[in-house]
Amino acid sequence: MPQTAQVHVETHAVKERSPFVNAIREFWKSYRKNKPALFGTSIILVFILLAIFANFIAPQGINDQNIGNKLQAPSAAHWFGTDDFGRDIFSRILFGARLSLRVGFLSVIGSIVVGTLLGILAGYFGKVLDVIISRLFDILLAFPSILLSIAIVAILGPSLNNALVAIAIVNVPVFGRLVRSRVLTVKEEEYVVAARSIGMGDMRIIFHHILPNSIAPIIVQGTLNIATAILDAAGLGFLGMGAEAPLPEWGKMLSDSREYIQNAPWTVLFPGLAIVLVVVGFNLIGDGLRDALDPRMKN
Amino acid sequence: MSESLLHVENLKKYYPITGGKFGRVSETVRAVDGVSFSVREGETLGIVGESGCGKSTTGRMIMRLIEPTEGKIVFQNRDLMNLSKKEMRKARKDIQMIFQDPFASLNPRHTVEHIIEEPMIVHHIGDRKQRKARVEELLELVGLSSYHAKRYPHQFSGGQRQRIGIARALAVRPKVIIADEPVSALDVSVQSQVLNLLKDLQEKFHLTYIFIAHDLSVVRHISDRVGVMYLGKLVELSESEQLYDDPKHPYTKALLSSVPVPNPNVQTERMILQGDVPSPAHPPAGCSFHDRCPFAMDICSKERPHLKKLEDGRLVSCHLYD
Amino acid sequence: MFYYSVKRVLMLIPVLLGMTLIVFAIIHAIPGNPALTILGTKASPEAVRQLNQSLGLDNPWYVQYFSYLKDILTGDLGTSIQTHSPIASEIWPHLAATIELSFVAMIIAIVVGINAGIISAWKQNSVFDYTAMILALIGVSMPVFWLGLLEQWGFSIELGWLPSIGRDDIRNGVDPITNLYLIDTLLRGRLDQFWMVIRHMILPSIALATIPTAIIARMTRSSMLEVLKSDYIRTAKAKGQRMVWIVYKYALKNAFIPILTVIGLQTGLLLGGAILTETIFGWPGVGLYIYNAIQYRDYPVIQSGILIIAFIFVMVNFIVDLLYGLIDPRIKYK
Ligand SMILES: Nc1ncnc2c1ncn2[C@@H]1O[C@H](COP(=O)(O)OP(=O)(O)OP(=O)(O)O)[C@@H](O)[C@H]1O
Ligand code: SF4
Ligand SMILES: [Mg+2]
Repeated sequence: MPQTAQVHVETHAVKERSPFVNAIREFWKSYRKNKPALFGTSIILVFILLAIFANFIAPQGINDQNIGNKLQAPSAAHWFGTDDFGRDIFSRILFGARLSLRVGFLSVIGSIVVGTLLGILAGYFGKVLDVIISRLFDILLAFPSILLSIAIVAILGPSLNNALVAIAIVNVPVFGRLVRSRVLTVKEEEYVVAARSIGMGDMRIIFHHILPNSIAPIIVQGTLNIATAILDAAGLGFLGMGAEAPLPEWGKMLSDSREYIQNAPWTVLFPGLAIVLVVVGFNLIGDGLRDALDPRMKN
Repeated sequence: MSESLLHVENLKKYYPITGGKFGRVSETVRAVDGVSFSVREGETLGIVGESGCGKSTTGRMIMRLIEPTEGKIVFQNRDLMNLSKKEMRKARKDIQMIFQDPFASLNPRHTVEHIIEEPMIVHHIGDRKQRKARVEELLELVGLSSYHAKRYPHQFSGGQRQRIGIARALAVRPKVIIADEPVSALDVSVQSQVLNLLKDLQEKFHLTYIFIAHDLSVVRHISDRVGVMYLGKLVELSESEQLYDDPKHPYTKALLSSVPVPNPNVQTERMILQGDVPSPAHPPAGCSFHDRCPFAMDICSKERPHLKKLEDGRLVSCHLYD
Repeated sequence: MFYYSVKRVLMLIPVLLGMTLIVFAIIHAIPGNPALTILGTKASPEAVRQLNQSLGLDNPWYVQYFSYLKDILTGDLGTSIQTHSPIASEIWPHLAATIELSFVAMIIAIVVGINAGIISAWKQNSVFDYTAMILALIGVSMPVFWLGLLEQWGFSIELGWLPSIGRDDIRNGVDPITNLYLIDTLLRGRLDQFWMVIRHMILPSIALATIPTAIIARMTRSSMLEVLKSDYIRTAKAKGQRMVWIVYKYALKNAFIPILTVIGLQTGLLLGGAILTETIFGWPGVGLYIYNAIQYRDYPVIQSGILIIAFIFVMVNFIVDLLYGLIDPRIKYK
């Protein structure tokens, strides 16, 4: 297959190949040389698979308690040991992957949707709207992100879903500003002026010309933000402003077992390792995407 | 030639430069400062001037791609300035534009077919099949082939891309085409091909052109009349032949003498312009050309000359002809 | 420069107002009746009504907001539900503790981060470079609270080298003057206590410094790489100047602006990280104050704690912006 593809490229170099396909090829060519990025991708793929098939892989359910079996050291039966209720930590971490990945993906998708909308309104329509929206972003960015999340969770009430919403809100200005600046740049491109000159309306210009040319940096930022969203969610869980009691959320698991660290360090070790691995994974992918898609964004 | 199809009057674009103290308007860039002319149906009006004199701004204001600060744009007896945003978008069907940069003015993510079809989609012309057929027709018309339709802009040369741009402009059968330096980004060898294409198309479809260029040699063969701009103002406007044979305004003379002329006999007085073009934010008082004009007189720095009609019908703005 | 500063001050106002509005919403939006929260659920309806009235809770929200704003401006940060004392009088020792910790952490981050970044760039692709960048990657990916727990486990519990809780020993408490203990112990001439305070600081400040250190190191490395490639540096090298000298003197100077930006932004992370770090290490700063308030649902304290930290963050960035203007006169607002 690679052989024939090669030949194809040689002979039909000018044949109609969409810049999209081209971009993906180009992207893959540089991405696959990026070992760290591939490593990150594998970590995340593994975690996604573990999360999806947690039911089948996990030796125990998340709430299968066995007090007589509590705080057991890692063994063949309990790879990561057991916690203070005698629950299997390995199983809980698998199910916890679902929660963390869900918070990461959903909150970032939420931030991207809202941020993009606001960024377009500010950048494309400008004027008063721009001033209002930009000030709103300034205000939201004036809080350290975890504190703003705490404030929002305090308003909404503590729960994992509210933590997700809070994290999404906190990250809206990140994407809002990004999209706004992309829109401001692309808006001045001559093909956008050309689009206006043929009588095209704003909506069509935005959706056919501006957004498609702004996607790369959004994807890069989005990936990096999944990492911080997962960290923040764990932080909120740790502070008791996130996941509720029996949920195997990693941050919550850490705060629940911190008092056993002396006698049962594995209760603290493994949930933390899980967080680090997933976050490293997303950071590596994000860096790789940035290098491959948009070298200009490199710091 | 029949009567005026498009007429602009006292067109102005001032850009306030905010900054300095508390974002107050510290100065005003007079990009275009009171330009008036009319274009007759079927003719080509050339507009010439150095970089930054406001040619593109003028062209874009006619389509209200840039909102004029002041002025009238009368097209087919309708003042475009009175149109709502939506009406103006519809009106753009009749006035189309060809851009200077054939690389930047085509969306790199769209196929040629999509690029040419898009104006028809926007103006709800024909169904899908009819539009595709029209795209093929247009491609042939501008000297490309229908098999180019599925390709992307990056697969074409500059000249070919400019043809795509022309096809896009023609798609909605406009009456007027504003060509903003359509060949200045192209190789010299390709320039004349594109110019000839534009000329042919004009004849075929009875098009009216406003043809913008920064040097007089390019507009020479295509224009019926030529207007010369300096610092946002029109300084001379006359029939092409008159202008090239006997330029009146000192600035026009200077521009002409810097053009390599095919016939060396014509090259009489060679004038080299001194100094740089002043910033449009601080145009010199009086005649804005006076600090570079070899014929400048006392009055030139005090009084601003106005565009006046000479006995042979040409318009010149210079105290020499008072 | 003057106008730039004035403009920057004017820009600050809507941000500060917006901040108070969000923080105000915390109290206003909590479910249930604040009076009941304060008086306890067994309070008589009469008492509740009186308290509502005296707190102005029966007014429309904007009236309440303006009176809240007035309170803040007059230095009234409300009353803690838990201790019944005014927050404004309680908060300074906490604030001092947070400032001291964050400051030390920032110093660590700057010194370690910048040096690691410089050496990494200078010895690009060396073992040092790889190690530093892998550590930096793990650093930015690590939950602060987990690192804190591991430190405690390793250095306090297992090795017993360092204390794991608090700012000082309970039986040998520092007698506060400014509440910045490093200063207070010196003022009182208690070098033994000074050393004790430092020992308490080591673990939490390292935990808190991790992420900023990692980010500063990465940032410094990439700006330095760019500067090192420039002709300017090559000329200096050609002139036979010593590489160490070139790197530290010239290159750092040119990489300074982006590094300054990062430092400004890191303050937010530091202050945010403080709440987690302080929770782990029982460090009695604003973070722990807020954390305890969260456990007791002491909303006025949550509110004022967040407000104070956000205020500090905004002011630090404000100062960084002004420094920009000083360092690089080309930077004008927009
Ligand atoms: N948005 C803007 N704000 C301020 N000044 C502007 C703006 N757009 C254009 N100008 C100024 O207006 C003047 C006229 O610009 P314009 O693009 O019309 O010139 P031009 O004659 O087309 O030049 P060129 O040959 O380079 O295309 C220039 O001096 C330019 O700097
Ligand atoms: S008005 Fe005076 S300065 Fe201006 S072009 Fe004529 S002669 Fe020259
Ligand atoms: Mg132009």
